[in-house]
Amino acid sequence: MSKKMHIKLNVNGKDEEFLAEPRELLIYTLRERLNITGPHIGCETSHCGACTVTIDGKSVKSCTMFAAQADGAEITTIEGIGNPDDLHPLQTAFKEHHGLQCGYCTPGMITRATKLLEENPTPTEEEIRFGMAGNICRCTGYQNIIKSIQAAAAEMNAAKEAAE
Amino acid sequence: MIPAAFEYYRPKDIAGVLSILEEHGDDARVMAGGHSLIPMMKLRMADVPHLIDLQDVGGMSDITVGGDSIRIGAMVTQADIIDHEGLTTAAPILREAALQIADPQVRYMGTVGGNVANGDPGNDMPGLMQCLDAVFTVIGTDGERDIPARDFYEAAYMTAREDEEVLTAVTIPLPKGGWAYEKQKRKIGDYATAAAAVQIVKDGGTCAAASIAMTNLSDTPVYSEAASNALVGTAVDDAALGAAVAAMLGDIDPTEDNRGPVAFKNHVAGVILRRAIARAWSRA
Amino acid sequence: MKDEITREERVDNLKGMGCSRKRVEDARFTQGKGNYVDDIKLDGMLFGDFVRSPYAHARIKSIDTAAALEVPGVLAVLTAADLEPLGLHWMPTLAGDKQMVLADGKVLFQGQEVAYVVAEDRYAAADGIEAVEVEYDELPVIVNPFESLKSDVVLREDLVAEDGSIPDGAHGPRKHPNHIFTWEAGDKDPTEEVIANAEVVATESMYYHRTHPCPLETCGCVASMDKVNGKLTLWGTFQAPHAIRTVVSLISGIEEHNIRVISPDIGGGFGNKVGAYPGYVCSVVASIVTGKPVKWIEDRMDNLMTTAFARDYHMTGKIAATPEGKITGLQCHVTADHGGFDACADPTKFPAGFMNICTGSYDIPTAHLSVDGVYTNKAPGGVSYRCSFRVTEAVYFIERMIEVLAIKLDMDAAELRRINFIKKEQFPYTAALGWEYDSGDYHTAWDKALKTVDYEGLRAEQAQRVEDFKAGKTRKLMGIGLSFFTEIVGAGPVKNCDILGLGMFDSCEIRIHPTGSAIARLGTISQGQGHATTFAQILASEIGLPADSITIEEGDTDTAPYGLGTYGSRSTPVAGAATAMAGRKIRAKAQMIAAYLLEVHDNDVEFDVDRFVVKGAPEKFKTMKEIAFAAYNQAIPGIEPGLEAVSYYDPPNMTYPFGAYVCVMDIDVDTGVPEIRRFYALDDCGTRINPMIIEGQVHGGLTEALAVALGQEIAYDDMGNVKTGTLMDFFLPTAWEVPNYETDFTVTPSPHHPIGAKGVGESPHVGGVPCFSNAVQDAFRPFGNTHTNMPHDHWRIWRTANELGLHG
Repeated sequence: MSKKMHIKLNVNGKDEEFLAEPRELLIYTLRERLNITGPHIGCETSHCGACTVTIDGKSVKSCTMFAAQADGAEITTIEGIGNPDDLHPLQTAFKEHHGLQCGYCTPGMITRATKLLEENPTPTEEEIRFGMAGNICRCTGYQNIIKSIQAAAAEMNAAKEAAE
Repeated sequence: MIPAAFEYYRPKDIAGVLSILEEHGDDARVMAGGHSLIPMMKLRMADVPHLIDLQDVGGMSDITVGGDSIRIGAMVTQADIIDHEGLTTAAPILREAALQIADPQVRYMGTVGGNVANGDPGNDMPGLMQCLDAVFTVIGTDGERDIPARDFYEAAYMTAREDEEVLTAVTIPLPKGGWAYEKQKRKIGDYATAAAAVQIVKDGGTCAAASIAMTNLSDTPVYSEAASNALVGTAVDDAALGAAVAAMLGDIDPTEDNRGPVAFKNHVAGVILRRAIARAWSRA
Repeated sequence: MKDEITREERVDNLKGMGCSRKRVEDARFTQGKGNYVDDIKLDGMLFGDFVRSPYAHARIKSIDTAAALEVPGVLAVLTAADLEPLGLHWMPTLAGDKQMVLADGKVLFQGQEVAYVVAEDRYAAADGIEAVEVEYDELPVIVNPFESLKSDVVLREDLVAEDGSIPDGAHGPRKHPNHIFTWEAGDKDPTEEVIANAEVVATESMYYHRTHPCPLETCGCVASMDKVNGKLTLWGTFQAPHAIRTVVSLISGIEEHNIRVISPDIGGGFGNKVGAYPGYVCSVVASIVTGKPVKWIEDRMDNLMTTAFARDYHMTGKIAATPEGKITGLQCHVTADHGGFDACADPTKFPAGFMNICTGSYDIPTAHLSVDGVYTNKAPGGVSYRCSFRVTEAVYFIERMIEVLAIKLDMDAAELRRINFIKKEQFPYTAALGWEYDSGDYHTAWDKALKTVDYEGLRAEQAQRVEDFKAGKTRKLMGIGLSFFTEIVGAGPVKNCDILGLGMFDSCEIRIHPTGSAIARLGTISQGQGHATTFAQILASEIGLPADSITIEEGDTDTAPYGLGTYGSRSTPVAGAATAMAGRKIRAKAQMIAAYLLEVHDNDVEFDVDRFVVKGAPEKFKTMKEIAFAAYNQAIPGIEPGLEAVSYYDPPNMTYPFGAYVCVMDIDVDTGVPEIRRFYALDDCGTRINPMIIEGQVHGGLTEALAVALGQEIAYDDMGNVKTGTLMDFFLPTAWEVPNYETDFTVTPSPHHPIGAKGVGESPHVGGVPCFSNAVQDAFRPFGNTHTNMPHDHWRIWRTANELGLHG
């Protein structure tokens, strides 16, 4: 057992402070310490992306980061992306276009997609496939995930235009 | 998958890093993005009692494009490389290669320093840096020293960097001419079955200079002077391509793994190299 | 009362069968509010994890747990010696064999469970595992079933009598200590005679490699023994929660009513979560011993190395035909590698699953199949990875044999299929290997598929490509992959389908609430198939209440009726039928209530969408909502209050979905890299409940097929080490490697299913694997290729090109 670290995080807008062993992986901090169970564990070797969260503006696989590394960071998980009264267009689009089946990859998938659309609001199908290649889905074959992201992008761009 | 317990350090400067390295020797490791090291720790294939996180050490996250060279801090990520317009203009091969590394999430975390320093023969940056004739700056308690990328790799995970030294930057002479980074892999997230980095300078219809290195075909990256020389002075015609490939095949030493047997890898190495040279030549 | 809306609108409002109803599950999944087993957190919960064998075959000389028990947070370390007094050091497998829960004196595969460490958290458990010292004595390793049958190394000493004789196994006589069973179907002598006298015989051997279902969520459970009340609750990734309850009761001695098994949300199953694993048993024991809840969750390596592989069939075929291409006989022999224990998940009477569907979609008069199961030093399992029991193997076999025969006959493979299809008028059709195909219209589907893809045009393009290749104009070949498959799903009739003696019926229980909404519970469990959406659609159409007013609940054995779970595409064929039948019981009672309320005779009212109307007087009606209210609130003479029904459905037959697939692929001869240009999938799953969900299932199944055909394998080295234990090497394609698919359909309803539905989830995998494989093989056909084994990863495709002399 090594010395515990004092760690501060801001998760989905809420400040969190705790003591943790340095080897505590961020995914376990989120899931077990903070009861934020949207991000999941799939492969544990940074291949599948089920654990994807946004950390200081970057899409990160939280199974491959120690909580200690994230000390001081701002983190957004699927729980911080929308709420039942105000869903993110991606959350609506995934339902509308059947972009999920078992749902296990979905939180990481949507979290990653928020960042993708932030960086590229009008992605082509090829750009979506490339930009989502860090997230594995075993159920959908991706076709409807692509469709969902395209639909959300269109929706977000239309909303933006309307606002302008 | 839970790693063994360790002490975690996040020093604010290089002096702090070096003092921990000095104190703990082999038992300490520095970590940048952690996407190579952490999976190894989780699989308990790497035992790191003292882990030094470099993220708070300043001065290692800059990309400086100068008149005749480019300096890339060790903590610059693959995503930074992809997004940096000046760098892409000056050395487009860097972006082309970075886009073929791992996946978007890993590229946000994976750093140039980590990729070149850990000595994994599967990493893409080492071969690329050999092609570009980069120099790695390492710092230790005895001060800074520069090591050419072409002299850096000794064997898998064995490099010219001492355990107590930290790689801080990569300096690349401004590349000239046409470029290509060609990689065959089984899927996104995989290491290369074979990858080739090529820079070619064209003068009239003749190759004036060439530099060629390949990845994951030996226990180190393979810069092949013979392959490069085989192109110089030629019109990069079929005979020259054949000579370059033959020279490279003499320098690589692939081993069988899940990507395939040696004969396949040798063949694919030749094919990928040909394609890389052809593409670089077309851009020269 | 005036009817405000049209009949069409009333139909639409129900969101019943045939509409692409959006999924009710998605709200929670898209907001991160799914509840998977690893999300469960109970007070005082402990963590268990395994010490696993690094060796594939070794004797255990000693296990020293002392140092582990010194690790802070470690509470207990269980070994076989601790389980033996409880009789739990071995457990029965689904295949009639037994399996070590914890290594009892020896290990038989790499990753085998040796000791179970129980700790306060997962960190202490991981440290405890490192501290357990196990001394092994290595034994010779056998990873090849053919060598196993010749070897004098006995893998399972427990299955050899003291005098050295070999007692019968669960499936009859065994001919070698490492032999598990021989299973036969069809007629051996007549088939051999047909083949001996045939004018044309094509012969081929093929290996369908070992792979793994690899759902994104691994297997796991939480066991919680409430010592005060004597109740055990077991949450877990169970595709068959009721069967797990029965098995736990049988092996633990806890009475079944004191066991509650709950399958929460499941992150994909694909067959991986059908079996009973040592992790479940050890967690239950640990909870009983400690009195606290114990969680066990596999990591990805554990999952790939130890729980439930699929395939690993070495198949040899002979197919006889006339010179015109009419098939006259088929023989198939399989050497099946089952690993160290026979833990295949098949109905008891079918130790090789439904491999005897291997005559496929063709009218083959004479056939014979024999399968030899063999022990090796590999992980046990043998589940149906996204298919009904061994149907993927069977369809791969016949769809390859057809191609091989086409080559032998120098015939077009599409035409060869066409002239051998079972004709529409032959259904119900009894195949030579015993199954009665319920329905089909293969020619219509095939013609539609070939026309849509412009098959003639594709062949012309391919011929041109071959010319160009030979002329040195291109280094890419073009392959046209064809497959026509018939699935056999919906296990199954209790008369021939049971698992561990449990008949494979399924069930549905419906309660209509007074205000006209409802809850229905089933014996199945969704793992992404969208049951909560589609079963409500079946009911909406059957009982006339909106799907949106019907809650579907599955997976809790305390509340759901008994059923055998979800795998082998059995949910719609069996539980879907039960749902319709239970709905019809509701409707029958509703009819009597309606008649009473409308003051007419029972037979004078008829059901119309969402109501009962007086025949000939449609303005006189009672809606189902009104009827529900009356059922609870009005005293009706001769009718007891309430509106509930339950149905246990024992299907009279299996269902036989089919489909026609075409894949167009370019292959880079020099690198071995395939590129899928086009994939067309026509599926006939009978009545279509939700087209959106069907399409999603097809996309997913095809992608899993692509993976298996093009690279996904569990590979072992000669020492029995697993070479593909992480997702770096075990191929799960990303969005980048996957094409867009074109989907299409015909509808041939099942004549015996209450709503005519056949099941679809697994068809695309079953039909997809041979289609991708045939595309690769077809590209090389003009250069002399007959057959090459999967997986068609880059180097193996390259090797084919190399062996055909295409590298100059």
